[in-house]
Amino acid sequence: MKTSFAITALAGSLLFAGGVVASERTEAYVNTLTELGYPAPEDNELVHIPPTMQDLEDSDTHPEFKRVIRRGYDLFTDTQQLRGENVFNDMNCSSCHLGEGRMPFSAPVWPAAVTLPGFRGKNGHVNNLEERIAGCFTYSMNGKPPEYGSDNMLALAAYHQWLAKGVEMYPDKPIYGRGFPAPDRPEELSYANGEKLYQEQCAVCHDENGVGLQVDGKTVFPAPWGDGSNNWGAGMVRVFTAAGFIKNNMPLGQPLSLSDQEAWDIAYYISNQERPQDPRYTGDIKETLEKYGPTFHKHSLYGQARETDGKVLGDHSNTGEKDFLKPDTVRPRTFE
Amino acid sequence: MKFLPITLLAIGAAALPGWASAASEGDPQKGKEAAGVCVACHQADGTGKNNPNGESWPQLAGLNANYIAKQLQDYKSGQRENATMKPFANMLSEQQIADVAAYYSQLTPGQGQGGDSADEATLARGEMLAQRGDWADYIVSCKSCHGPGNQGAGEVFPGIAGQHAGYIEAQLKAWQEGTRTNDTQDLMGTIARRMSDEDIRAVAAWLSTQPPQSN
Repeated sequence: MKTSFAITALAGSLLFAGGVVASERTEAYVNTLTELGYPAPEDNELVHIPPTMQDLEDSDTHPEFKRVIRRGYDLFTDTQQLRGENVFNDMNCSSCHLGEGRMPFSAPVWPAAVTLPGFRGKNGHVNNLEERIAGCFTYSMNGKPPEYGSDNMLALAAYHQWLAKGVEMYPDKPIYGRGFPAPDRPEELSYANGEKLYQEQCAVCHDENGVGLQVDGKTVFPAPWGDGSNNWGAGMVRVFTAAGFIKNNMPLGQPLSLSDQEAWDIAYYISNQERPQDPRYTGDIKETLEKYGPTFHKHSLYGQARETDGKVLGDHSNTGEKDFLKPDTVRPRTFE
Repeated sequence: MKFLPITLLAIGAAALPGWASAASEGDPQKGKEAAGVCVACHQADGTGKNNPNGESWPQLAGLNANYIAKQLQDYKSGQRENATMKPFANMLSEQQIADVAAYYSQLTPGQGQGGDSADEATLARGEMLAQRGDWADYIVSCKSCHGPGNQGAGEVFPGIAGQHAGYIEAQLKAWQEGTRTNDTQDLMGTIARRMSDEDIRAVAAWLSTQPPQSN
């Protein structure tokens, strides 16, 4: 597997990103990933490992552009600096996008830069990169996105786009390690087993009550549920997305160490806990579910009665730390 | 916070998972007396000593009390093996362990030693590993668990900034070789085994030059 990949990679080895030959970087990462048990790239897949911040420093990019990309990186890895302004929970972008948004199987962020503008089923219209980033602020950060075109938004977009350096726009090939590929869903999911495994495998960092750990106002371990976590509109509330994240990335440093059943059970347990309201909430959970069930909540437990106590999940008006439900960026776009 | 399940908190406190230490309250004053046997190596101010040609003695000043207590308990039980420490840990009762841990946690840490002579490239590599990791080898950054500034996160992940380079290096090697295994879920061992000797030297050197946690 490794040898054949190396040969394919070398065949197209003329891309430079700063000081490191892109194909050598790609080969090193893919070898590490396959040794850890991740699948090797398929022949028809687009494999891209973005440049590192060191590559940026070593490159002859304009100093002012370097400065803006650094700012994007800084915002991405310490999004808490926008707490109370744009972020109203304990999340950083890098809480979910491990390796600073660069890692395959950890929802690398550069694909957004080469596939947008494009249609998104989640909101049913054509989005650009800034609107996609705004989606993360709205749902995953339970917040209010930086203004379109603002310095912070531009810096974040620049960081995403620079990570995609060398990749063609609108690639036809499927992207290796895109998103959080979910393992096969087992026949049965167990809340009790998920709870037990969570306490054994996750609680040392994320706390037995799911509040994570903050030190000096900085998030060390993000909250998997509760007010410090993403709201009910975030992609992570889909059980398959959480299972894919857990299987491919957790415990930190030990990816793929949990069985498919274990990853799904932990995801199911976490998905059964409360979190701030979906910003698309209409004031009525049934109505909200009717509107957003087909495109989104059919994969989450939103609006369902929890098996342990019959509590209807998401049936509340708690918006967490913020004092509004929906930022005004969440609006339809009709091009009319 | 409106929805924080208070009942869950109460239940959680009663059923501690395996990694949580149910440490008793320590008395720093009594700890100071009991720590009389520690000063030969860890020094009167708890700052320890870097010994380039032998076993370095870690700085204890400012470390989380429950972390110190767990290490002493592990030396006693054999979960953490160290010929130097075992006889001293064996001399301490459970209460004395809590007292000594409380005492050292309250002392002001000093600056780590052993990193001064490292060259610029080594320090740069060390900084990268500590702050960003090296995902090409799936080495996650130190700070992703050891917290902001690597100054510690809770009672499980100790402060490592400002620790002596010789001690950090010896511990990472011990994890690599499997002679230290008392970390939770092999979280540290997994990472240490992916590090080269150069990585270990670099990260130990850089961390020792960083400011330790203040208390």
